[in-house]
Amino acid sequence: MPIPLFNPSEDPGPDFASLVRRLGLDPQIPGVDVSSRIPITHATTVVALRYADGVVMAGDRRATAGNIIAHRAIEKVFPADRHSGVAIAGAAGPAMEMVKLFQLQLEHYEKVEGSPLSLEGKANQLAQMVRSNLPAAMQGLMVVPIFAGYDTRRRIGRLFQYDATGGRYEESHFTTSGSGGSLAGSVLKQGYRDELSKTAAIDLTISALFHAADDDSATGGPDPIRGIYPVVATITADGFQRVADEEIADHFSQLITTLTGREFGSVRVAETSSETSSDQGVSGR
Amino acid sequence: MSMPFYVAPEQVMKDRADYARKGIARGRSLVALVYEGGILLCAENPSATLRKISEIYDRIAFAGVGKYNEFDQMRIAGVRAADLKGYTYSREDVDARSLANNYAQILGQVFTHEMKPMEVEILVAEVTSDASDDQLFHILYDGTVMDEDRFSVLGGEADAISTRLGATYESGLSIGNALGVAVRSLSGDDRTIDASDLEVAVLERTAERRAFRRIDRSDLPALLDQSS
Repeated sequence: MPIPLFNPSEDPGPDFASLVRRLGLDPQIPGVDVSSRIPITHATTVVALRYADGVVMAGDRRATAGNIIAHRAIEKVFPADRHSGVAIAGAAGPAMEMVKLFQLQLEHYEKVEGSPLSLEGKANQLAQMVRSNLPAAMQGLMVVPIFAGYDTRRRIGRLFQYDATGGRYEESHFTTSGSGGSLAGSVLKQGYRDELSKTAAIDLTISALFHAADDDSATGGPDPIRGIYPVVATITADGFQRVADEEIADHFSQLITTLTGREFGSVRVAETSSETSSDQGVSGR
Repeated sequence: MSMPFYVAPEQVMKDRADYARKGIARGRSLVALVYEGGILLCAENPSATLRKISEIYDRIAFAGVGKYNEFDQMRIAGVRAADLKGYTYSREDVDARSLANNYAQILGQVFTHEMKPMEVEILVAEVTSDASDDQLFHILYDGTVMDEDRFSVLGGEADAISTRLGATYESGLSIGNALGVAVRSLSGDDRTIDASDLEVAVLERTAERRAFRRIDRSDLPALLDQSS
């Protein structure tokens, strides 16, 4: 691969995506609606919320293609750089590509310019990438990420949600994306308090993902048989840190204990419809 | 039609080489050396913002001496080449050797075909898990590549500094001692270099991904005190 050299007037500067485009390495946008012709793998529910020390981000591990579970253990939460993370929902292929390009974009900028982008600058950069995916979204390859980070200049955690047109909206409490996003969102809405502790924040995100998985078939719940648990990460002044799987498993077993107690305490109403119909079948003879 | 004066090719090359060497000798020198914890790069540089040493990729650093705009152009081109290669293939496929060869091609091409040669010397350093595998590629203004182990010296006074460094260098130096050896080789016996005139960075052997780390000027005196 030769070294790319440019005249000063044509230099792409610190913009890696523009460099990729200049060299013709960016993917072609399909001319037809691909989702109606071939099964597209979709990544689903991701959530993020602010807590006392910064932000916590989480995502379930399931990818679906139509009614099929395409992958049980994909990851949807990634570090974008040292102090920020990105979580993705939507068509998995273009979403992964967007994350890869976004990570490189931030690192490339930092290396070429000698200093990192501001958090605001990173959020805007991602908005541009979502916007440039709009033609592909129109063909069924929609990607809707969440961006979260610790703003080292203002010393706070910040959250950004996006829409398919590249709209960028800063959220002050929590945000969700993906098929189970609204289900997870109602759990977060009920449980959100200002200045939550780290443990309480992780508990809340886990509960939100559990309830999303309970009602949305495209969202995966905890899988203790295979040891697959949602990816949870915190972003604080110390940077992006993924929470260990064992810790997540503990949080889940506590949640399940609480919920099991509640279920046992209630009397289940007997389902009568099938018995009624078979009774009728016998007596009608 | 007027005929240009005949100039012997030897003379053309010699003139160009002299021109480049003069340009490089105007600036301060730079050393890089393998130490216990990685590779230390140390330059005499009064500016805190116009850098001679920078990060190229996960385990690769760049250093340049001579004309700033020319080596900075090479640095950015190197970052682009490395990031593109990692994007197209894999992060593991980015290596110092191919980057050094690319630089050599460009410098060689410019030296023979352009109006003026580039007045730069470039170092591409790659740290590995084992000190004996660390790589230092030193590229001259005319595209000559030298594969050096242990240490490398760039700049106008390279010969004198190399002699001093060769006499004091030993393998397995601590970071403090490595810095001490580097600074004393740069300065020589008849002067001292103030910490505020140094630019220092390391490629850390044990780093998980990005191994490049700048050492803040304010931390240098403490490190130099550790050196024996």
